Amino acid sequence: MKVFVAVKRVIDYNVKIRVKPDHSDVDLTSVKMAMNPFCEIAVEEAVRLKEKGVATEIVAVTIGPKAAQEQLRTALALGADRAIHVETDERVESLGAAKALAKLVEEEQPGLVILGKQAIDTDNNQTGQMLAALTGLPQGTFASAVDVDGEKVQVTREVDGGLQTVELTLPAIVTTDLRLNEPRYAKLPDIMKAKKKPLDVKTPADLGVSVGSRVKLVKVEPPAERQGGVKVGSVDELVDKLKNEAKVIS
Amino acid sequence: MSILVLAEHHDGALAGATAHVVAAAQQIGGDIDVLVAGENVAAIAEAAAKLDGVSKVRVADNAAYAHLLAEPTAALLAELAGDYSHVLAAASTTGKNVLPRVAALKDVAQISEIIAVESPDTFKRPIYAGNAIATVQSEDALKVITVRSTGFDAVAEGGSAAIEAVDFVADNAQSTFLKEELAQSDRPELGAAKVVISGGRGMGNGENFKLLDGIADKLGAAIGASRAAVDAGFVPNDMQVGQTGKIVAPELYIAVGISGAIQHLAGMKDSKVIVAINKDEEAPIFQVADYGLVADLFQALPELEQRL
Ligand SMILES: Cc1cc2nc3c(=O)[nH]c(=O)nc-3n(C[C@H](O)[C@H](O)[C@H](O)COP(=O)(O)OP(=O)(O)OC[C@H]3O[C@@H](n4cnc5c(N)ncnc54)[C@H](O)[C@@H]3O)c2cc1C
Ligand SMILES: Nc1ncnc2c1ncn2[C@@H]1O[C@H](COP(=O)(O)O)[C@@H](O)[C@H]1O
Repeated sequence: MKVFVAVKRVIDYNVKIRVKPDHSDVDLTSVKMAMNPFCEIAVEEAVRLKEKGVATEIVAVTIGPKAAQEQLRTALALGADRAIHVETDERVESLGAAKALAKLVEEEQPGLVILGKQAIDTDNNQTGQMLAALTGLPQGTFASAVDVDGEKVQVTREVDGGLQTVELTLPAIVTTDLRLNEPRYAKLPDIMKAKKKPLDVKTPADLGVSVGSRVKLVKVEPPAERQGGVKVGSVDELVDKLKNEAKVIS
Repeated sequence: MSILVLAEHHDGALAGATAHVVAAAQQIGGDIDVLVAGENVAAIAEAAAKLDGVSKVRVADNAAYAHLLAEPTAALLAELAGDYSHVLAAASTTGKNVLPRVAALKDVAQISEIIAVESPDTFKRPIYAGNAIATVQSEDALKVITVRSTGFDAVAEGGSAAIEAVDFVADNAQSTFLKEELAQSDRPELGAAKVVISGGRGMGNGENFKLLDGIADKLGAAIGASRAAVDAGFVPNDMQVGQTGKIVAPELYIAVGISGAIQHLAGMKDSKVIVAINKDEEAPIFQVADYGLVADLFQALPELEQRL
């Protein structure tokens, strides 16, 4: 079975972002970029499926600027067999990404597509669900376990009240939650080998899709800053303040 | 304008989140209908009809919508969406699962987790784990939106909207519900609790989370956790507060043995009063805490329980 993984280049999760002084967007100049953490989990899951003999080929896909090829190379180093870069400098939101992915799914007919549940820049949490709609495939979102069994896949989902398990017919779309697995690190020889693995570059026009967004970013502001408060010296003082100053307990 | 709100419900009862979503719909303005989809949902529909501001409750009561699986539920919403300018749902795991699918079926964008309505087409939403607030404007004719409950005060109950059945039945051969393991708890729901006390990696193990129980009992609090505590297996995933867990904004949030990573802060920094108990006085959690206690939690917690 062929497995697609969608990987997005985003700001490194450790970086605290700053808003541009003109409030037009977040300032990403010389900020450390990385593969979205949920996409790392998606790649890892695909690699494990290959190790189990379930997946036969792993194709990593990204839609974004030239620089996003770095993340494709990372996916290749981690175990993807080849990569597809849909190159664009437009601001690509979830619907645009899903449209490009849907076209590739149509062309290549993977049995499973694994995406992250959420990109940590836009915090959208949409692309997998949209891809499922556009391809007419079932979806298993926020997965903490994925078991492929013949023509079906069982997906355990992290839902608000606990865990839910659904069974989907293949082909299907899965999005990863944090506890699905713990991604491995790429080893140096694999990073070297990844440089020789095939990486196709296409444009949205080649696929016949437009990836631009109809949601305009009007402005971006810093959130209301919380003022750090006081340190209290004892539990007694804490309880006193909560009762008599903050009045949140009685 | 006319707005369709997907009702959130669990265990045969309307979930509190729906009243917050209706409040967001009121700010957009126009007629508000609520869709109750599920199996045996008559009582839920009646509860929804009492929410202030609701004109009509539409009920799709059919086994096809049991557990609100994404495939049939999105097909139903896409079928009904033609009558509306906006489709709204809570930014719960149900809303997040279903609404993007609806949006793509209608070839429109989806706007996630709004916290404010600026106008019928312009909304505010947090991005980058809440480290920036974006104002976004949708150019689509249909707006499909999930609503962060903490951004809107719930509407009251005093209405008596008409209830009408929806006949459309979506067929779904692709996905089947197998099972659910839901956490059982007598405590208030995390998202709705007035007080939340959360433990982090500093708790050391799952057994030690019991130290929070007595305090939670006395304060009527829900118990939450950091991701590190969940990952370490101390507590189940539904307790995780943060960017990728639950978003809470109680009157009082008590963080115990939690360092204060941005991903955790994203889930609780809109709380009214924040208390941090941590033995490391440099822990970043103290930068957002109204009251910080530098102490070993194993001493502070029993003492706190006793003083309350
Ligand atoms: C994509 C992504 C999403 C994430 N989403 C979330 C999320 O939704 N929610 C979330 O919480 N995290 C999330 N994280 C993880 C986050 O980055 C942090 O790793 C996590 O919040 C740390 O949890 P912690 O504060 O419990 O642990 P630590 O950072 O290890 O802190 C433990 C604290 O306990 C204190 N301590 C230890 N012993 C004691 C004692 N005896 N008495 C008092 N204090 C003590 C220590 O001083 C320390 O400050 C996410 C990370 C990623 C990459
Ligand atoms: N531009 C993109 N290129 C490749 N994958 C993407 C892109 N945008 C989103 N995705 C995938 O969709 C997931 C969820 O993103 P989102 O729904 O946009 O929050 C990510 O973790 C990726 O797997």
